[in-house]
Amino acid sequence: MNTGLKAKHQRLVLVVIALVAIVAAGILAAWALRNQASYFYVPSDIASDPPEPGQAVRLGGMVEQGSLRTASDGVTLHFVVGDGEARVPVVFAGIVPDLFTEGSGVVAEGEMMPDGTFKANNLLAKHDENYMPRELEQMSEDQARATVAEATE
Amino acid sequence: MIAEFGLAALWLAAALAVLQLVGAALAQTAGGKVLAQVVRPAAVVQALLCTIAFVMLLWLFVRTDLSVLLVASNSHSAKPLIFKLAGAWGNHEGSMLLWITVMALAGALIALIEYRLPEKTMHATLGAQAFVGLGFYAFLLFSSNPFERISPVPPEGMGLNPLLQDIGLALHPPTLYAGYVGLSVAFSFAVGALLTRQVTPEFAKVMRPWVLGAWIFLTLGITAGSYWAYYELGWGGWWFWDPVENASLMPWLAATALLHSASVLASRDALRTWTIMLGVVAFSMSMLGTFLVRSGILTSVHAFAVDPERGSFILALLALYIGGALVLFAMRANTISEGKRFSLLSREGALVVNNVALSAILGIVLLGTLYPLLTEAFDVRVSVGPPYFNPVSAIFFLPMLVVLAVGPLLRWRHDRFARVRLPVIIIAAVGIAVLLGVWLIAGIALLPLLGMALAATVAVASFLPLRGRALRRLPIAVWGMAVAHFGVAVALFGMAADSAFTIEKLSAARVGETTVVGPWQVRLDRVEPVAGPNWTALEAAMTASYDGGEGQVIRPQSRSFWSPQQQTSESALLTRWNGQLYAVLGQAAENGRWQLHLWWKPFVTWIWFGGLLIALGGLLSLIGRVSVDVRRRSATTRIEARHAEATR
Repeated sequence: MNTGLKAKHQRLVLVVIALVAIVAAGILAAWALRNQASYFYVPSDIASDPPEPGQAVRLGGMVEQGSLRTASDGVTLHFVVGDGEARVPVVFAGIVPDLFTEGSGVVAEGEMMPDGTFKANNLLAKHDENYMPRELEQMSEDQARATVAEATE
Repeated sequence: MIAEFGLAALWLAAALAVLQLVGAALAQTAGGKVLAQVVRPAAVVQALLCTIAFVMLLWLFVRTDLSVLLVASNSHSAKPLIFKLAGAWGNHEGSMLLWITVMALAGALIALIEYRLPEKTMHATLGAQAFVGLGFYAFLLFSSNPFERISPVPPEGMGLNPLLQDIGLALHPPTLYAGYVGLSVAFSFAVGALLTRQVTPEFAKVMRPWVLGAWIFLTLGITAGSYWAYYELGWGGWWFWDPVENASLMPWLAATALLHSASVLASRDALRTWTIMLGVVAFSMSMLGTFLVRSGILTSVHAFAVDPERGSFILALLALYIGGALVLFAMRANTISEGKRFSLLSREGALVVNNVALSAILGIVLLGTLYPLLTEAFDVRVSVGPPYFNPVSAIFFLPMLVVLAVGPLLRWRHDRFARVRLPVIIIAAVGIAVLLGVWLIAGIALLPLLGMALAATVAVASFLPLRGRALRRLPIAVWGMAVAHFGVAVALFGMAADSAFTIEKLSAARVGETTVVGPWQVRLDRVEPVAGPNWTALEAAMTASYDGGEGQVIRPQSRSFWSPQQQTSESALLTRWNGQLYAVLGQAAENGRWQLHLWWKPFVTWIWFGGLLIALGGLLSLIGRVSVDVRRRSATTRIEARHAEATR
């Protein structure tokens, strides 16, 4: 169709097509990032400003002592994640990371249910004594101290 | 002594890189003819010295010389030999030494065998290669010395992260690095061509095999890495959109675009500036990936601020090389004369669409990978995962596949729709038939549904360009294209089938109990302790039978390593042509039950077979290009010899 165009014009047309596509990709990406990025919450954030049910979020905090129990099916876990100010009940079905225990730090990926329970699809705990999920490194001073105390026990 | 010898070799290699750079710079001037002679030999000797340094490091790891800091902090005398060797590059310093070694080898290879371009352009290319290399030598020698000693010598090493103690570590990083760093050659060629204003079809023909080689390694590295993560992490997923994975995907996207635009430049002398631009971008993405992985910035922006030396160093290198190349590009781009014209409905037109779509996907992945780092600078913590990457990249990926199906049927320069009407109708009919068929029978989600329909479309379309041609006399490169495109279809089918039809079953089973997952019946026979060289484990023996057929035993483990102390799950896989059974052993539940996580993943292996086919297509293409070139060269020599005889 463009055989009649001069070379210069053709270059211009190509540049415009490429620019439009890349700008469209950028706008699309920006819009999707705002909607699809999963934000990190600690229990007190959830208490003060809960995310919409169904929105993907991450919840980080400490697994409260004595809160962990296994349902009768043997694979569904109920526990409470707290940060010293607020507590959020969590339900998770699956195999927990090896270093997941009461009193240790955890980051749960999932969503809030309408009844105020956090339904986790995935748990990230400390992989080993050196590595922690990045969110755990940025907890408040108290949490960090508690985590370190737990890690060095 | 070994460590000091290695360090000395590394310093000498860096010195030769300086010589290579100075020689190449002077070769551009009128008076520098003498120094120009040293450029090629310097590149070769530099690679030799670098290889010696790397072999020294391997030797230190084999001997487990604990007086060397890197060995002490990453190895252990009780480790199997293969992991001692692989452990040499399973850490920051060692992997950077591997990086620079591969880069020096690539430089030596062009210095040894590439004589098709004007000598001045070759010197500029090798100079650029030395300039990039120097930055990485400086990085190694000043901030990441792999040969550093420690005193006092510790009694035992710290060991290697157990997740890395797998045959995957021996294969995956070297392959990926060969791809990453191989792209430095494309970068250097682009810079060399810009400096000497030699952006010609001949330049694209010379660059193309090098890009192809790097691209084959990248494809293999990504495929292997994906399969490794799949069976090692025990989550049943094969791609996590993890920043480290994205760091390898981005150079691949750029290199794929570069391959296609280079073929337009080589065959049709169009897209000159764009090809140069992609050459710069592809290696920039490799360096950006290295920065992301190596700077510690992924753990946290704040961690980066705590130990800023290495990160800042790579960031400075990144700014210098990418910024420098882009400035050079901006200064010279308008002096590159315009190539030939073409109409939108032509092979070139389709390849432009392919390039734009690949660039858009590259931008989307780049934004998604950097976004958490950007928001964290403002103290908002987010993570970006599949809900972003899958649909947003699909918006560009799926239309690109339609063009992929039709593009190879079109003629160069200009084509009429009437000529390709029949094959296009066939392709469209296949796509629509599969779309409706799968939708009516299975009723799956939109993205996998479109994926399957397009996989069928591309599978048929990839071999249509061979229609009506004498297959025996077809150039090997055309076969390569068909096989690579077919591989895309196979991989896409695997991805769509896995995401649509996977059946997951989580249960707590007693010994003797049978769990049903899809067509499989899996009986837990017993759980018993076993021991390996540096670990102990609980191992479950399970009998799995497909559709009531004969039982096969699989043994997933839950392993405890003792140095460093860590637990890993070793999944067990049972492969059939139409999918895989994936089993993970969890912890003991009450009443003598064991947690089991089972998946039936239909056609999941097709993802990696597809990846292998794509790489095979690249290899065929490379063989085709090189053999044509060798034949042409020997023909020219013969003609010249005859001329010489006639004039005598």
